[in-house]
Amino acid sequence: MPSISRDEVAHLARLARLAVTEEELDLFAGQLDQIVQAVAKVGDVADQDIPPTSHAVPLTNVFRADLVRPGLTQQQALAAAPAAEDGRFRVPRILGEEA
Amino acid sequence: MTDLIRLTAAELAAKIQAKDVSAVEVAQAHLDRIGAVDSAVHAFLHVDTERALQAAKAVDEDVAAGRPAASPLAGVPLALKDVLTMQGAPTTCGSKMLEGWNPPYDATVTLKLLQAGIVILGKTNMDEFAMGSSTENSAYGTTHNPWDLDRIPGGSGGGSAAALAAFEAPLAIGTDTGGSIRQPGSVTGTVGVKPTYGTVSRYGLVAFSSSLDQAGPCARTVLDAALLHEVIGGHDPLDSTSIDAPLPPVVAAAREGANGDLSGVRVGVVTQFAGDGYQPGVLASFEAAVAQLKELGAEIVEVSCPSFDLALPAYYLIAPSECSSNLARFDAMRYGLRVGDDATRSAEEVMSLTREAGFGPEVKRRIMLGTYALSSGYYDAYYGSAQKVRTLISRDFDAAFGTVDVLISPTTPTTAFRIGERANDPMAMYKADLCTIPSNLAGNAALSVPSGLSDDDGLPVGLQIMSPALQDHRGYRVAAAYEAARNAAQGGSLINRVPELEVAH
Repeated sequence: MPSISRDEVAHLARLARLAVTEEELDLFAGQLDQIVQAVAKVGDVADQDIPPTSHAVPLTNVFRADLVRPGLTQQQALAAAPAAEDGRFRVPRILGEEA
Repeated sequence: MTDLIRLTAAELAAKIQAKDVSAVEVAQAHLDRIGAVDSAVHAFLHVDTERALQAAKAVDEDVAAGRPAASPLAGVPLALKDVLTMQGAPTTCGSKMLEGWNPPYDATVTLKLLQAGIVILGKTNMDEFAMGSSTENSAYGTTHNPWDLDRIPGGSGGGSAAALAAFEAPLAIGTDTGGSIRQPGSVTGTVGVKPTYGTVSRYGLVAFSSSLDQAGPCARTVLDAALLHEVIGGHDPLDSTSIDAPLPPVVAAAREGANGDLSGVRVGVVTQFAGDGYQPGVLASFEAAVAQLKELGAEIVEVSCPSFDLALPAYYLIAPSECSSNLARFDAMRYGLRVGDDATRSAEEVMSLTREAGFGPEVKRRIMLGTYALSSGYYDAYYGSAQKVRTLISRDFDAAFGTVDVLISPTTPTTAFRIGERANDPMAMYKADLCTIPSNLAGNAALSVPSGLSDDDGLPVGLQIMSPALQDHRGYRVAAAYEAARNAAQGGSLINRVPELEVAH
């Protein structure tokens, strides 16, 4: 009995903003299930009192002096944009109303 | 001038400073070689002839004027993995998502290379966003292993390793998240080093798994790797995870090691890295390497690191989780590809269509796996447990390094496999990183040095040497001693046994 169904893969794809094809759903369902089963043994330590390590180097907040320093110009920032207009990034509509 | 391509970086730098050869001649010899063999190897995604020759000319002008060399590698050519930004050159990360993207800034590593007078020839092929162990996941086609063009050159830095083995460049830069410098090094008979995490800046390195990614040197000799390591390493205020500590003296260690005396060095053999799944020829080469180290005076001790058995599963939860977050930046809004923007679709629809079109299967698989591992209800069982495993692995390393100076293992369980052989079996592919992953999870240093050719297929095998964090020099010392002894025993450097490639005219 697979632990990751085709429907779950479709849900994951929606969460990850991936418009996967029908063929990919079949492919990924099988592969993700295989991978999840193979990696599930990390759960052997789930109940143990072990502090998790999120990072190899202890992380601390890094501050710098609050000084103005050179950054990208507007032109540089927009140079690689898929679309720009009036010196700004032009994006598709983000609200639900008609375009 | 074709002999120039077979010299080490140290030799080339010395010849340039002595005016025996010009940096322009050296660069041109390598550019000619790229022109002659890269259609078969496909190590490069982008070659910048004009800029490379300009950089070389600047070095020659310094030499002519008697100005001190910018670094011990001034004038030496280098191949840069296409995951590091370089102003004025495209950065694609092997992905359609970034096709044609020209970054507006240099990575710190790139800047250091340029300031050191190193001549950057171009950008090398890689698995898309550094996800893979074979360089078959590049959107721009597979790179081929110069030892056997039907085989993979390792991954994700297969382009960088193949460029070295094909004599297209004497130096290269790679990045290592789960073994992407060391595994390609092993299967191409070259040296690959993952420095201690945080000792080489990640600024300008397009992130895959931020807590694991580490740039490092690729070379054909241990000394060359050490020289490059000292050029690119050091604290960087632009990287908040950069360690503000002196770099370990890796060049001095490589020179000391080359004298061949390892008396007093305790070397631990990790008992977990053997058995089923390990190619007999790989194990035989490893055993010969252990015997060689013993002859050099090292004390060999068997060391058990039981949590290493959980390293691969933990890695394949942590890395995809971080990748699912990092790759959210490819949203079709500010840079990169945009698909489906026809004024009727919403930003969300455009984003989904773009990511579907721009990412390859391995990247999509990992994004979804990470999304799954981080989702409510599964977090504790998967991601949370994986982070606990990470603690256990660090404890295993700490215990081991309490009794030995370095740990050793084969770098990879097998030699280079055939292109396509594991393409549809992700778990089989992931096992290529079995031995390299623990050092990424713990953040300590590790390198791969060639140990010979496998008895069963005649392909290169690597010896992995792992050192404690910020003690990278220990690995260099042992590797250099081993390299010198192996070269003496096997009648010269392994790399000179790469079959002749057919040259295009």
